[in-house]
Amino acid sequence: MKNYIQLNLSLLYWILIAPFTGQFFKIAPIFRQMVFIGVRAAPMVALTAFSVGVTLAMQAAHSLESLGAEMYIPDLVMLTLLREMGPVLIAVIVIGRSGSAVAAELGTMKVSEEIEALEVMAINPVQYLVVPRFLAMLVMLPALTIFGNYIGIMGGWAVCRFTLDFNTAGYVLRALESADTWDLYSGMIKSVVFAWIVITIACNAGLNVEGGAEGVGQATTASVVQALLAMLVMNAILTGIFFFSA
Amino acid sequence: MNANGETIIEVTDLVRKFGDRAVIDDISFNVHRGETLVIMGGSGCGKSTLLRHMIGSMKPTSGSVKLFDEEITTMKERELERVRLRFGMLFQSGALLASLTVGENVSLPLLQHTNKSVDEIEEIVKQKLQMVGLTGFEDLKPDEISGGMKKRVGLARALALDPELLFSDEPTSGLDPIMTAVVDELTLKLTHGSHMTAVVVSHDMTSAFRIATRMIMLGHGGIVAQGTPDEIRNSPNPEVQQFIHGQADGPIPLNLSQEEHKDHQHVRPRPFLGARFRFHHKHS
Repeated sequence: MKNYIQLNLSLLYWILIAPFTGQFFKIAPIFRQMVFIGVRAAPMVALTAFSVGVTLAMQAAHSLESLGAEMYIPDLVMLTLLREMGPVLIAVIVIGRSGSAVAAELGTMKVSEEIEALEVMAINPVQYLVVPRFLAMLVMLPALTIFGNYIGIMGGWAVCRFTLDFNTAGYVLRALESADTWDLYSGMIKSVVFAWIVITIACNAGLNVEGGAEGVGQATTASVVQALLAMLVMNAILTGIFFFSA
Repeated sequence: MNANGETIIEVTDLVRKFGDRAVIDDISFNVHRGETLVIMGGSGCGKSTLLRHMIGSMKPTSGSVKLFDEEITTMKERELERVRLRFGMLFQSGALLASLTVGENVSLPLLQHTNKSVDEIEEIVKQKLQMVGLTGFEDLKPDEISGGMKKRVGLARALALDPELLFSDEPTSGLDPIMTAVVDELTLKLTHGSHMTAVVVSHDMTSAFRIATRMIMLGHGGIVAQGTPDEIRNSPNPEVQQFIHGQADGPIPLNLSQEEHKDHQHVRPRPFLGARFRFHHKHS
């Protein structure tokens, strides 16, 4: 825990304070990480989100049909995705795919003396390795969430359009009417917080690996488990704050 | 020994304990500008630990390490970075960044710490790689070259900023005899021509005697012998003679006991049956 807090403080120093002392972080590595962490996860996010959109619509149809309230299917799909399923599911995918990869990559660098070599070359590993990954994740997880939401809503549309009595315009209008901007923003805030949790836990696990290949494996597993738990607990807390306290 | 030269490294009463056992037990020595100090000793005698204290990666239990007249054991990370810009380090494995090409690895310190243009950096990278006999290897990844080549790239990277002081951990292990000679000659050229100071940890006795101006042999956590290569060669100490001639029989224990081994490896030992049968050849 001490290491984790230190990593966060160090990150804040390199992002918020160091640039004003002339030590600006480089931009190119951030884009490289954005491609690795974000762009390459997009197909998986799309497939998952589409399946979830379809599933939500089918479940909603099943329950709402008996009440004669099929017209509320778009509302349910839209709100569930924007507020909960979108941010949480996409964070789960990114934890499994990108978080574990970051932990394994940094862990391997640690055991092969690469991190020590950086330090001896007077290159701070947090500035050189963690800052680009952190900023990339902070941009890409919310971006992937918006993308996933969109695809998920399309999944709901596919069910409504091809199996129920909806036309495209009706679905879109109903969906747009049901949600307000706060539904989107609350999901985005969650997504940014999740990004912070996921990437700092992954980097911390990687940088503190000990004991060779076995250590890398354990750190990767630990990073996934810790990130998942922390993310789900934080989701409950944020939902409580956003939708339950007022 | 260049006793009149400026003192570059001053190690005083250095002690490092892991648990109760001192891996480094009260070691003191100085290194002067232009010298090449070779540190030798059996596996697990604390050579690498000593080196890690000299580069500031490990903090001692007690004692002091001064580089360029500055105490590094109490320094904060930021101050240490300033001192680290003045020396280069060649790691045993090369420690190249696997995600970068050979050229990018060598240019890394230049990109991070200088304001040179891309063209200038490219020129320096080419020149440094040429020094270690690797012209034209810029675009290969570390996975695509041999272990010996990685080590030479590591050396080129360590020399990228033209350091005043070079630390090398086993610079010639894994190199063929010709490449060993090339690396040795490079070290000699740099220490004689550019007044660079070198601290080399080595097992390779041929190479050690070729480059050293002074040698230290470690054992039992302390310094067993030190002196010029001639003094070491003619040392009456049987441990030194056993080591430099590579003899299996002699005063140096063949195996560490489990207790000793535990402290060296910093891992919890698992009990095993053979632990009782120590294999010590201790002559008085």
